[in-house]
Amino acid sequence: MEVCGSSSPTLREFGCEQNLLSRPDGSSSFIQGDTSVLAAVYGPAEVKVSKEIYDRATMEVVIQPKVGVPSVRERAREQCVRETCEAALLSKLHPRSSFTLVLQVVHDDGSLLSCFLNAACMALMDGGLPMGCLFAGVTCAINGEGQIITDPTAVQEKGSRALMTFAIDSTERRVMMSSTKGSFTVHELQKCIAISQKASEKIFQFYRDSVRRRYSKTL
Amino acid sequence: MAAGFKTAEPLEYHRSFLAKNCRPDGRELGDFRTTTLNIGSISTADGSALVKVGNTTVICGIKAEFAYPAVESPGKGYIVPNVDLPPLCSSRFRPGPPGEQAQAASQFIADIIESSDVMQTEELCIVKGKLCWVLYCDIMCLDYDGNLLDACLIALLAALKNARLPKVTFSKDSEVPEVNLENRTGLNIHKHPVAASFAVFDDSITIVDPTAEEESLSTATITVVLDEEERLCALHKPGGTSLSGQKLQDCISRATTRHREIHKLIDKVIQSTKTPE
Repeated sequence: MEVCGSSSPTLREFGCEQNLLSRPDGSSSFIQGDTSVLAAVYGPAEVKVSKEIYDRATMEVVIQPKVGVPSVRERAREQCVRETCEAALLSKLHPRSSFTLVLQVVHDDGSLLSCFLNAACMALMDGGLPMGCLFAGVTCAINGEGQIITDPTAVQEKGSRALMTFAIDSTERRVMMSSTKGSFTVHELQKCIAISQKASEKIFQFYRDSVRRRYSKTL
Repeated sequence: MAAGFKTAEPLEYHRSFLAKNCRPDGRELGDFRTTTLNIGSISTADGSALVKVGNTTVICGIKAEFAYPAVESPGKGYIVPNVDLPPLCSSRFRPGPPGEQAQAASQFIADIIESSDVMQTEELCIVKGKLCWVLYCDIMCLDYDGNLLDACLIALLAALKNARLPKVTFSKDSEVPEVNLENRTGLNIHKHPVAASFAVFDDSITIVDPTAEEESLSTATITVVLDEEERLCALHKPGGTSLSGQKLQDCISRATTRHREIHKLIDKVIQSTKTPE
């Protein structure tokens, strides 16, 4: 288990464990404060004929909530994670095959979508899938006083007037995915994007450190 | 020749147009398709609207029913949107339970209703803790040619503005509501959220109001929702290639002008239906 203590108060303490499941091709568990997600990826594997795409791989994302069956909210989140992964993966290298990503919620204490994204990225890395870039998820909440809180807890999310989640890519630090709730001004949006880009640096540094630590043992 | 080129190399076909700053249907990159609106199309519904954005056709019907308010919010009613993409509208949809796109669209519309304060659910309460209205907003796509979310949101907004609820008197002794179907009042619409969708081609060119074909060839889609105070209600980009803050800013500016056009259109149509009375 690797834990990265955040030097500035903007992100909660986050950590990750890779390759913890034996059956999937790649797996990870990502923890942001008390929010925790377990991810597993299978692929490239055989694809159902009805879902086959002739020039690239089919990506499937399944989100499993802690209790009950996946609802409409999960489906909307699946779409966000899937399209982000599709953009990052070099799926043209594996035509007529499938990638399946399973995300299991272990505990939800806010910023769940960003935790899904981070867990997904770590699992894809662990699976050794070809990717054009990495991505990091950052959630920002704007509270009643107009302050921006990054990586909010469930309580902070509830008290916020706007909530935004962005996926930032590792090459140019641009916005890959954006999902928002509540209303906000254009200025607030640009500010949140800038803060998320800054916060993503920490996550990318963490990705790099954890991979370096992992492979320094084997090499 | 052109038809063969289009079938064999659809992406190259589109690129050859985009290189000259136009699109196969004759539009420029920043042009929306002709949007037409008809309200009150379904006489049996409490409110309805039919929207056409180019070939994309969406119909929205609002049905009001009584319900018990939730225990945690006794003074509130409900608005329940549902987007249906039947196989009728395009060959890409199969019969059976709603697919991912339909569910994601339903969730998107529900999120917009919540974030934009389009109307206060407190106003749907009839008797606190006892009786409230639930508005079922069923949005059905009749012809799918891209840009579903924009059309759905226009249809929903116009149908809500068209909806008229009957007057209800609630006698305290018998606790039976009495409905006066003759005496109807309109809803109080506070905000007018309007969506504008964009598609990104080859990681750099953004085009407005994509058709179904353009959507499937594009590398990313973005939907910006603004209200009349130019506050953002949603910036929905479900993935795809990344965009800089500047590009997003351009999309938001385009969405602002689109909001004015649609707001004017809805007002005009509502005015035109009022005159014969």
